Amino acid sequence: MTMTASIIGASGYTGGELLRILSIHPGVRIAQVSSRANSGKPIHRVHPNLRGHLDLLFCDPADVEPCDVVFMCMPHGKAAGDIERWRSIGKRVVDLSADFRLRDAEVYKQWYGGDHAAPSALDDVVYGLPELFREKLADATLISGVGCNATAMTLALYPLARNGLIRRVIADVKVGSSEAGAEPSAGSHHPVRARSVRTYSPFGHRHLAEVRQSLGEIDIDATVSAIDMVRGVLCTAHVEPTERLTTRDLWKLYREAYADEPFVRIVAERNGANRLPDPRVLVGSNHADVGFAVDEGSGRVIALCAIDNLVKGAAGSAVQAMNIACGFDERAGLEFPGLHPA
Amino acid sequence: MQTTTETAACPECDSQITFDRSPLNGQVARCGDCGVELEVTNLNPLTLEIAPEVEEDWGE
Repeated sequence: MTMTASIIGASGYTGGELLRILSIHPGVRIAQVSSRANSGKPIHRVHPNLRGHLDLLFCDPADVEPCDVVFMCMPHGKAAGDIERWRSIGKRVVDLSADFRLRDAEVYKQWYGGDHAAPSALDDVVYGLPELFREKLADATLISGVGCNATAMTLALYPLARNGLIRRVIADVKVGSSEAGAEPSAGSHHPVRARSVRTYSPFGHRHLAEVRQSLGEIDIDATVSAIDMVRGVLCTAHVEPTERLTTRDLWKLYREAYADEPFVRIVAERNGANRLPDPRVLVGSNHADVGFAVDEGSGRVIALCAIDNLVKGAAGSAVQAMNIACGFDERAGLEFPGLHPA
Repeated sequence: MQTTTETAACPECDSQITFDRSPLNGQVARCGDCGVELEVTNLNPLTLEIAPEVEEDWGE
């Protein structure tokens, strides 16, 4: 079975990661790759790692033809306005922007500050985090991509939340510069960014809305800091549990949640340099490493999750979700194990 | 040498540790799940304890 996939707005980092992943997917042929600004240029001008690997030119989005799957990598706010057109072109649509992540148009307005452009489409959307929504993804025709910080927080906390064990949680989230996208900004300028640890969102990050939608109305806030790293997210969540938990309890909870997950690994060792999750070893990988520790004095549980923001936090989860929706092996195209040292 | 299969629970994560040969008192084993180093401290019943290791401390 070979399906055709086209990528809309493919000049950004998530578009580049989709190209890299789909280029080695055994069941997908990349049909067209659009970028209005780069139309007619070879893709390696924008994604130099693909030079000699993929012989494709960017096309204008108006020239995209019908295909099996459309991946939309447009900036937040652009996808929803055109969604009906793209749904008429692709039998399935996977949108990697934030436009369809929140099911409720009122919640979207509260967090993104404007009316949703296609509220009627929200009923069809399945949130593309397979670890929580695999069954719904199996016949989805409109899939929302995930927020990278939301993914790290959700996977760190899911085993506790689904058992009602969170009284209150504060997540400390450290992120790499590629989260800010391919367009430069004052905060991403090298002299500002290099060697800094810059807390850009001390509370109320937008991705909390996704976490609450996925985990239920838990009492959660997050502080997000940009650190001197290109790829990666590390969520360190400080949990006040509803009851005392031991290390053994945590192993049981996390095993029950993730034992059968192809891309979630439990990393919670007592010793060694890599005893808890570290995003550096996940560069290019679709794995999420989750870990935990408990302060037996205070009872506080520390729940962690590391991911590559561009892979498990964006393009990798999108392909994993597509694999489920299209009946492929869930691992197809996604078995790159990461780099060490990176 | 006597061949047998004996198991005991890891005191860290509760995973089952299997010994293909009869364990010896003081023998060191490693848990495949949580990676902790274990020491056999009793043979009857088979008992494992976490082996002591030097901890990392970067404080100044």
